[in-house]
Amino acid sequence: MALTKEQIAKRIAKEVKDGYYVNLGIGIPTLVANFVRDDISVEFQSENGILGMGPFPFEGEEDPDLINAGKQTITALPGASFFDSAMSFGMIRGQHVDLTILGAMEVSQNGDIANWKIPGKMVKGMGGAMDLVASAENIIVAMMHTNREGESKLLKECSLPLTGVKCVKKIVTNLAVLEITDGKFHLLERAPGVSVEEIIKATEGDLIVNGEIIEMKF
Amino acid sequence: MIKKTVANVREACEGIADGMTFMLGGFGLCGIPENIISELVRRNIQDITCISNNAGVDDFGLGLLLKKHQIKKMISSYVGENAEFERQMLSGEMEVELIPQGTLAQRCEAARSGIPAFFTPAGYGTEVAEGKETRDFKGKMHVMEKAFEADFSFIKAWKGDEAGNLIFKGTARNFNPVMCGAGKITVAEVEELVPAGELDPNQIHIPGIFVQRIFQGEKYEKRIEQLTVRKRN
Repeated sequence: MALTKEQIAKRIAKEVKDGYYVNLGIGIPTLVANFVRDDISVEFQSENGILGMGPFPFEGEEDPDLINAGKQTITALPGASFFDSAMSFGMIRGQHVDLTILGAMEVSQNGDIANWKIPGKMVKGMGGAMDLVASAENIIVAMMHTNREGESKLLKECSLPLTGVKCVKKIVTNLAVLEITDGKFHLLERAPGVSVEEIIKATEGDLIVNGEIIEMKF
Repeated sequence: MIKKTVANVREACEGIADGMTFMLGGFGLCGIPENIISELVRRNIQDITCISNNAGVDDFGLGLLLKKHQIKKMISSYVGENAEFERQMLSGEMEVELIPQGTLAQRCEAARSGIPAFFTPAGYGTEVAEGKETRDFKGKMHVMEKAFEADFSFIKAWKGDEAGNLIFKGTARNFNPVMCGAGKITVAEVEELVPAGELDPNQIHIPGIFVQRIFQGEKYEKRIEQLTVRKRN
C-alpha cells in the first residue's frame, strides 16, 4: 500500500535527530512536527521569524502577531525567540538550520528541484524556497511519487522552472525512500506492500536498485 | 534627544507623490502599517512601486491599494491568494517581480547599511539569476543582487518613543526592522508611543537614527489571515 501523507510525514520524522533546528515547508512537511519523538530536543524554525514554534493556540488564545510562514496562528514554546527576516535567512543561508523539509512538484536525478511555478498558471511566488534549497546542507523532499495522471515526478530532468539546482539528497514519497548520489536515484526503502517493480515503473529517472530493498519501518 | 514624532498619519506621509517606490513591512497581514496604507488609499497616490513580501488580501492590507489600481509594480516573494491581484497581473495592468524571500530581506538590509550589492546562492540556476552576474565562491555558485532604492519605508512597530526607537512584537517583526533606514525616509507607526526614557535602551530593536517620523496609529484591526486553533481536551 502506498503511504498516506501522514505516513510520509511519520517516516520523515525518523530523520529528525536530537538537537536539530528544523525548517518545515507548507503541506506534508508541516505534519512532520506531529510525529517527532518526544524524548529528543528539536526546535522548529519558521522563516517569517521564530525559532521554537509550538502547536496551534487554544481557541480564543490566538494572537494576530504570532503566525508561521503559512500565515497560520501558532504558539511559541519555552525557549523560543523572534527575529527579523534578514536574520532568519542568515540562519538559513549560513547553514545554522540543520534540516529543511519541503515539498516538490518535480525532482531530477541530479538533485534539481521544481516547486514554485507552473507555466500558464497563476504564479504565487517562491517565498523562501529558493533561499532554503540553495543553502541547506540537509534537505529532505516530501512528495507524491507520481502526479494525478500517474506520471512520474522523479525525472531525468525537471520540466518545470527550477527552484534550485543539485540540492536534493533525500526524497520520501508515498512509495519509497530514495537518495540522490552520482546523478542517479538510489532506492533505499519501499513502502509496506509496494514492490520494487512498482517503484521502478513509477520512476522516470535512472534508478539504482542494489540488493534487497527493505520495507519502511515507522 | 532628537525628536521624531509627528502629530498623525497625514503629517507622517508628507511628501509622498505619484510614481514613488515604497517599502512596506509585514508578512501576510501580520505587522503591516495599517494606518499608512489607509492614508495612501485616501490620498489616491498613483503608479506606486511596492516592495513588500506579500500583497495583502482582496479587502485588506495592500489589497486596498490594488483595488483602486494605485500599484504599478509589486516586488514580492509570495503573492498568495488574491483574486484582484491575479486579474491585474494576468491582464498586464500591473507588473510583478518575484524574488526569493531571503534576497528580498537582504536587499533591504543592504540598502540600509550602505552595501550596493552582494552575492547569494539563492536562485542560482533558475530564472531569478537570468541576466545577473554569477560567481563561484568556495566551489559554490552565487548570484549578485543589488540593494533596493526606495523613497519611503513604511514600518509598523509595537512600541516606539519620541526619539524613534522601536520595539517589535512576535512575528510582526518580520521585514519591518530590515526596512528601517532602507528608504530615503522611514516612517514608523506604532501601537504605543511613549516619551523618551520610558523604553529600556537594552530592549530596543531598532535605534531611532533609522527612523525619521513616528506616530501612534489611530486604530489596529490586526486581521488574521488563517485562524488555526486546537481544541482543549
